[in-house]
Amino acid sequence: MKTIALSFCLAFAVSATAGDWRQFRGPHSNGVSDDAPASGVLLGTNCLAWQTDLPGRGLSSPIVVGDRVFVTCSSGLREQRLHVICFRTADGAKLWERQFWATGRTMCHEKTCVAAPSPASDGQHIVATFSSNDIVCLDLDGNLIWVRGLGRDYPQVGNSLGMSASLLVAGGVVVAQVESQSEAFTLGLDVSSGLNRWKLDRPKGANWTSPALVTHDGTQLVALQSAKGLAAIEPATGRVLWNHTNKTSWVPSCTPIAGSLLIPAQGLTALNFAGADSPKIQWQSNQLRPGTPSPTVWKGTIFTLNDGGVLTSGNAATGERLWQLRLKGPFSASPVVSSGFIYCVSEKGVAQVVDPSKPEGQVVSEVELGETVLSTPAVAHGALYIRSDGRLWRFGRS
Amino acid sequence: MKSLARTACASTKSRWRQYFLPGLAALALTVCAAAESASRLAEALAAIRAVGPEGQGNASASAAWKKLIAGDGGSLLAILGAMDGASDYALNWLRPAVDAIASRELKAGGKLPLAELGKFLLETSHHPRARRLAYEVVAHADPAVAERMLMGMLNDPSLELRYAAVQKLVDQADETVARSNQLSAALLYRQAIGAARDATQIEALAKKLAGLGQPVELVQHFGFLTQWQVIGPFDNSGRRGFETAFPPETKIDLTAEYDGKGRKVRWQSYTTTHEYGMVDMNKPCGKIKEVTAYAVTDFFSDTARAVELRLGGKNSWKVWLNGKFLFGHDEYHANCEIDQYIMPAQLQAGRNMILVKVCQNEEVEEWTNEWEFQLRVTDSLGTPVRSVAPVSSNNSGVSN
Repeated sequence: MKTIALSFCLAFAVSATAGDWRQFRGPHSNGVSDDAPASGVLLGTNCLAWQTDLPGRGLSSPIVVGDRVFVTCSSGLREQRLHVICFRTADGAKLWERQFWATGRTMCHEKTCVAAPSPASDGQHIVATFSSNDIVCLDLDGNLIWVRGLGRDYPQVGNSLGMSASLLVAGGVVVAQVESQSEAFTLGLDVSSGLNRWKLDRPKGANWTSPALVTHDGTQLVALQSAKGLAAIEPATGRVLWNHTNKTSWVPSCTPIAGSLLIPAQGLTALNFAGADSPKIQWQSNQLRPGTPSPTVWKGTIFTLNDGGVLTSGNAATGERLWQLRLKGPFSASPVVSSGFIYCVSEKGVAQVVDPSKPEGQVVSEVELGETVLSTPAVAHGALYIRSDGRLWRFGRS
Repeated sequence: MKSLARTACASTKSRWRQYFLPGLAALALTVCAAAESASRLAEALAAIRAVGPEGQGNASASAAWKKLIAGDGGSLLAILGAMDGASDYALNWLRPAVDAIASRELKAGGKLPLAELGKFLLETSHHPRARRLAYEVVAHADPAVAERMLMGMLNDPSLELRYAAVQKLVDQADETVARSNQLSAALLYRQAIGAARDATQIEALAKKLAGLGQPVELVQHFGFLTQWQVIGPFDNSGRRGFETAFPPETKIDLTAEYDGKGRKVRWQSYTTTHEYGMVDMNKPCGKIKEVTAYAVTDFFSDTARAVELRLGGKNSWKVWLNGKFLFGHDEYHANCEIDQYIMPAQLQAGRNMILVKVCQNEEVEEWTNEWEFQLRVTDSLGTPVRSVAPVSSNNSGVSN
């Protein structure tokens, strides 16, 4: 990261009120942190708090619980070595590491790896999954709570290009979306025991999307997306609440927004599910079509990154395109938002901070990390965490 | 005298009471504590080894795991030993226990039983993964010793140890090339490729040898089966052919004719000349979509023995050995690599019949034209097991 000292000035300062980042794309599955708006200060100084080496590859996002950041990696012969590592957020010191052996198939496309899905936490447990369909649950101190080898339990499941659906924990249930051409299901695992609470058959087909946690009218539901549509389920039981059966993308995931879901389908589709037995399409826009990264939304404005590296802004109420800004792409990582700034990290490791309040959006800061980054960053407690195959960075002063 | 004797006796008893009894009691307590500790360790290991599919035994194992990691460095050998014969589920409980104890002891400046761990490592009857783990603990504590030990592990039954030993030899050969001593380097590469079992490592070595003018016949090296009888196409509309049992799944009759997709089909001989032994069904059956086909071959073995059938391919497939279904995977055009699917199997002495079903789907893109597979028979390490000469003419007419 040779240029870090030259120009990097990410918009992170400590915010005592900021929340954890316990799952892929944060607490609301939309890439937006709970940081207080007041923390959005362009520091104008070197914001790198620390960096540390990682023992293996990973597309999974870091997650943050309190003063600890957790990362998964895969390494070794045929990537059969699975790692769960805990670092102290304050200084990057490694607190513990646990290693496991893959029990399922580890074959992946060379761009991805076995540590592709992100772990999740309910604040007490860390639940990590891998492309081999191994799931392990530990407490925050690294004590092993349970282990599942879904590749052994259900040998047909698996994708020769790799699996990538991240986990969610909701209402004491770990939601594991395990979908492939040969077998497809979603499991609800008891977070305390790892036993199946429910198993829901799902449409067979390759699927790299992740479940999204949707909170509406005080209740939580989980959106399960696949190429064949989107289903909303009750996490405690796996009961399907409603189904939207239009064709949907199998790469970028949907994004919740009050009473609606932004689904990567027909470009981008806003699906309103509030106050109706079945969801209704609110609008569709081909101009807001995302590439690999999932959309994010901030104060009524949608942001998508397409395959050409263009950040597009749109009106969440109408689907109208507002502006476009070409960034240094391409991107695999989904954009994240904190304190009104959008953080986009390209595959080439160029972290770009966009101020969307400027008329056409404006890149206000940029840093070259010097390594390939395919993982979506995490934002928690006033800090930004980015990981590559070999390194974890924390930006934002301690 | 009696009095003296009595006095002496009393004095001895007194000393006994004063000095020896407390010592014995302490020893007994120590022995009891050690026995209790060993018993607790054994109970914890038993609970962990009892875990099974779908989370069975996880609750007991979790409680046992906490007891297990409370042990000191001395318990590492028992944990490693418990990996022998353990299920893959149990291994994933035992491995992090070793990590937790070793890292805690090292951090606290404690001593690990390195001599015993080294001895465990050298006993190749132990579980390969347990031995590799023992090696890592030794390497962490004494990297120089571990490095020296690696050189004796070129033919190790642990794939990971063998891989590392081969890589060390490759590094030496690379240095030899750098010194322009290509003849010596080629010898080292030859030695390395003979020991290597990982397909990626073998391919890399084959490239190095080819660069030195010593190409490697990869089909022969890997032991891919090249001679087959094939029949097809049968219908796979709507991808239903994967589950449809066409006649070859019931009986192999190489003289039979069946109704195929749009035409009559018969068995025909097919020998692949592909560099990696790919059996391309487009060649004998024609480039056609939504179809399935079968390939059968005989494999002769001197003795009944355990082997692995290892298949690679991008198409939906099933495999039978001597009429027994081994495994199949209903996936199209995702990815392919050598040893993609590994199926444990049991050869019988004499003739064995391997039947492969391979399906093609409806997709029309150029990259979906592939309709092929590769297959080899190996031991559990990936060493090719080769078919011996048939002992009679009672066979399907094709063997490898």
